[in-house]
Amino acid sequence: MSTVATPARQASGGINTKLVNRIVIYGLLALFALFYLMPLFVMLVTSFKTMDEIQNGNMLALPKAPTFDPWLKAWGETCVGLTCAGIKGYFWNSIKMVVPAVLISTMLGALNGYVLTKWRFRGATLVFGLMLFACFIPFQSVLLPMATILGSVGRFGVTLQNSVGTSFGLGNSTVNLVFVHVVYGIGFTTLFFRNYYEAFPTELIKAAQVDGASFFQIFRRIMLPNSMPIFVVTVIYQFTNIWNDFLFASAYAGTGDAMPMTVALNNVVNTSTGVVEYNVNMAAAMIAALPTLIVYVVAGRYFVRGLMAGAVKG
Amino acid sequence: MSTVATTQIKLTPERSRTSVRSRLQDALPKIVLAPSFAITIVFVYGFILWTIYLSFTNSKTFPSYVITGSRAYQRLWGWTFDTDPPSSWYTSITNMGIFGFLYILICLALGLFLAILLDQKIRGEGVLRPIYLYPMALSFIVTGVAWKWFLDPGLGLEQTLHQWGWTSFHFDWIKNKDFVIYTVVIAGVWQASGFIMAMFLAGLRGIDGEIMKAAQIDGATTFQLYRRIVIPLLRPIFLSAFIVLAHLAIKSYDLVVALTSGGPGGSAWLPSNFMYEYTFKRNEMAVGSASAVIMLMTIVAIIVPYLYSELREKPR
Repeated sequence: MSTVATPARQASGGINTKLVNRIVIYGLLALFALFYLMPLFVMLVTSFKTMDEIQNGNMLALPKAPTFDPWLKAWGETCVGLTCAGIKGYFWNSIKMVVPAVLISTMLGALNGYVLTKWRFRGATLVFGLMLFACFIPFQSVLLPMATILGSVGRFGVTLQNSVGTSFGLGNSTVNLVFVHVVYGIGFTTLFFRNYYEAFPTELIKAAQVDGASFFQIFRRIMLPNSMPIFVVTVIYQFTNIWNDFLFASAYAGTGDAMPMTVALNNVVNTSTGVVEYNVNMAAAMIAALPTLIVYVVAGRYFVRGLMAGAVKG
Repeated sequence: MSTVATTQIKLTPERSRTSVRSRLQDALPKIVLAPSFAITIVFVYGFILWTIYLSFTNSKTFPSYVITGSRAYQRLWGWTFDTDPPSSWYTSITNMGIFGFLYILICLALGLFLAILLDQKIRGEGVLRPIYLYPMALSFIVTGVAWKWFLDPGLGLEQTLHQWGWTSFHFDWIKNKDFVIYTVVIAGVWQASGFIMAMFLAGLRGIDGEIMKAAQIDGATTFQLYRRIVIPLLRPIFLSAFIVLAHLAIKSYDLVVALTSGGPGGSAWLPSNFMYEYTFKRNEMAVGSASAVIMLMTIVAIIVPYLYSELREKPR
């Protein structure tokens, strides 16, 4: 009897504990969701409030009279350093820097990954190891030499400008930043593509070679059409990293008109002149965050899936 | 005879042409890889050597190339124990220890915890996952701005709780030189833990369901199941996550700038901030370079064994 009763009792007790368990799990998950959402929520509601409401109201309260003015002011009027023309110019600076840097570093990464997996040569692992380690260095250890080189290139650009009439982009801060981001980005892009192509069937390449396909034909006709997932991962990764970079941006374009968005935002927020307009600061921060946020919301699932499938090997 | 000769004459140039072409074909992969490799050698390894060189000179505002010995390192070494008043180097490395330890530990623990919770066949997982993950998309500057506001005693959390009637609540860590580094930990964990969660979740999904079933049939409780079977199986993920976090921690620079502007009297500095300040603002280039070299060596000690084992394990 008892042997029959015990499992039955256990089962009914099991259902109760199961219910409690579910409540605890969902409660905890909701609590953490709050923790992650809170700062964004505060930033968002503050950016739609008037200064008056911010000073007298509650941080968590929804705006009583939502106003779009802080956003317009952040975009077109707020002061970055001494120039008061909003952050729109700096937003475009970032776009002009990010797009070429992402495209170039991704293409190079794809080619490198293709060579390192499908055209292996002696020492390929060493080459890859050296490029991979470059991903992990603290950039402080190359910051100063790069500043020196960019300075010399800039002076050469001025000389060219004076003698030939064009500097060919030498010394242009945006060009400099594109270059820097490509140089220190190819390690990661190569890693992503190498790990992805490693799993790509080599027999297909062999077969194409037998049919007389050349190096670039194989890349274009066979590799590229099958690389969509890893392209998504690499582009998102590079886009977020470069858009969000602050160290290189402040070291090589920290002042002047070529300043990227992150540096401009930091200047807006830390300007100590006059009344601090928190709503404008928050709107500026939201504008700086939007491009990467949108990318994550739209393509985030592919990013995580792709990253787990190939890039970060467990 | 003549026919043979002509064919031979005809053949030779063609063969040599194909051999040039095929040799070019053979070399093409290396030619394609060469620019990237050259760039890495010059701009990573060359520049590292350059920085090491500078750290042994007496460079101040401008680089000087006369080797003057290890004075910069001696100064850093002296400052390492300068506790009264603490030197900014002492503060930076102490902060690095506190920040690095707590940041990595909490991110790993929270990431694993959330991943296990999310793996319990949760309805709405598709909504929750992006909520946990989105901070990773933000720049440290934005994160800093948001948390600076949230933690500000006069505007943020403290003020809100006061308005709700909890007037004794006091939370001014962000303005307190002894606690400001912990606010950097909070903001850092907020930003990275979701990503670590995603890594663990992927690891959990990769575990063979049969093993779990077998253990459950053997009567293992859920807790035992995770402690004895699942977590040991996740060991490689722990390692990857640790590498990612350690690397993020040592590189952290922007967050300190945006969240605390360095903290009261530079009390929130990390070595990266120290390096930047000394190199570009205090005109102590040699000391700045020496601190960069120390940062690099720390990373080398963590990353090189990892890379070595990763690349060696899968020989081809």
